Amino acid sequence: MNNLWGDSLSGFWSAWIIIITLGTIALSVWILLANRRTDKTPDAEGNVETTGHAADGIEEYDNPLPKWWFQLFILTVVFALGYLVLYPGLGNYAGVLGWTQEGQWEEEVAQAEERFTPIFAQYQEIPIPELAEDSEAMQVAERIFQNNCAVCHGSNAQGGYGFPNLTDDDWLYGGEPDNIVQTLTNGRNGNMPAWQQLGQNNIENLTQYVLSLSEEEHDAERAASGESTFMAVCAACHGPSGTGNTALGAPNLTDNIWLYLAPGQEVGDSIRQTLRNGRNGHMPAQAAYIGEERVHLVAAYVYSLRLTD
Amino acid sequence: MKHEIVEKNVGLLAVLILVVISFAGLAEVVPLFFQKQTTEPVEGLEPLSALELEGRDIYRREGCVGCHSQMVRPFRAETERYGHYNVAGEQVYEHNFLWGSKRTGPDLARVGGRYSDDWHRAHLYNPRDVVPESIMPAYPWLFENTLDGDATPRKMRTLRQLGVPYTDEDIANATADVRGTQEITALVAYLQQLGTVLEGTR
Repeated sequence: MNNLWGDSLSGFWSAWIIIITLGTIALSVWILLANRRTDKTPDAEGNVETTGHAADGIEEYDNPLPKWWFQLFILTVVFALGYLVLYPGLGNYAGVLGWTQEGQWEEEVAQAEERFTPIFAQYQEIPIPELAEDSEAMQVAERIFQNNCAVCHGSNAQGGYGFPNLTDDDWLYGGEPDNIVQTLTNGRNGNMPAWQQLGQNNIENLTQYVLSLSEEEHDAERAASGESTFMAVCAACHGPSGTGNTALGAPNLTDNIWLYLAPGQEVGDSIRQTLRNGRNGHMPAQAAYIGEERVHLVAAYVYSLRLTD
Repeated sequence: MKHEIVEKNVGLLAVLILVVISFAGLAEVVPLFFQKQTTEPVEGLEPLSALELEGRDIYRREGCVGCHSQMVRPFRAETERYGHYNVAGEQVYEHNFLWGSKRTGPDLARVGGRYSDDWHRAHLYNPRDVVPESIMPAYPWLFENTLDGDATPRKMRTLRQLGVPYTDEDIANATADVRGTQEITALVAYLQQLGTVLEGTR
């Protein structure tokens, strides 16, 4: 963490704060003492001094403050001075205790590190497939998943429209431990270009061909005429057989799993949309948020999801 | 001075009360206007682009600040979840501040880059679509409304008077930059830059 809270008050403003603060305290004490009355004993004839205010014959006494009240005033002044000696309050003076907000935070973080680092370090040593079977580790990992990943992938990790399901065996970028770690660490940027320029007819033919790959209901004639376009345009990433390429994040088109299938939507419509407008799914890099050790643990959790279904 | 004089002259009493209650402000607030940490931008801080600025105004219009703070405090519990605590130098170009004071939803000070644009769009269209248990309202009209950008240059000129370093070029292009853009695009652009200036936030 950067030190962003260093001293940066000029001498003038430091003095300004000190003078006003101590001046205010001194003024309060002066007002308190200057207005203090002590002698309130009745005179020889039993008369007591009054303020001179009278209403319907009732006169207002001019008594001193009760002693406890006066002492409370003094106590607040003593507290204020004590506080100003111990804690930062007077300009650039740091206080005897050297307390800072930043320091308090650092101490808190250091304590937590001391407690948690050995635990994570221990998990870091265990290979992901093995760690995925450690139920205690997976409990920890699930918390991290729920806090960081569930927002997109869902609390059950089954994803949603545009957000991959992590519990099936279909992987855009590969489901091996290294692939998952890579995805988590650096994120992924999907890049399916828009093919509007192919024209309505070609897009329809391609749509039917892609439907045929997954053995969905399709127009066989159109599918047949779409095949050559597929080989020319799509096969580079999705492969000639349409089984995809995890190195590029090109999805398998033959497994009847559709990332961009909205609820109630027909598969063909989703494919048409994808072809016309392209898709740019984005998985944000997580290393900067959760760090390498938690990435390892979450990767094991994601890896473990296939074991439980 | 006799206390009676003060008590019997309301005007004088008011003036003296003002003097007394201004001490705290003079000591605690005034020096901040002259302190480097609060007046100098952190390295790399840029004024919001025209689109982000419009997004910020949508954020204000829709009352996001009522439920989302933009203030990560220096406590571990907060920095673990949200990232580096706020520093004043990041907020130098903020007029007004959107720190907020209530978290019905999570803090957004460092939400930039955390989720994809697609996620934000889906989430703002209907939060339940991506987070089933969410109680956040849906904002579908952001997808229908578009910006005309007529007021954008004026907003930027005003901000420039307040010290935000917009160039004449920024202001001249502002309307063209945002005209015809969906409001959702502006809002997402604003959200995606939040808190991204500070390096090494973890």
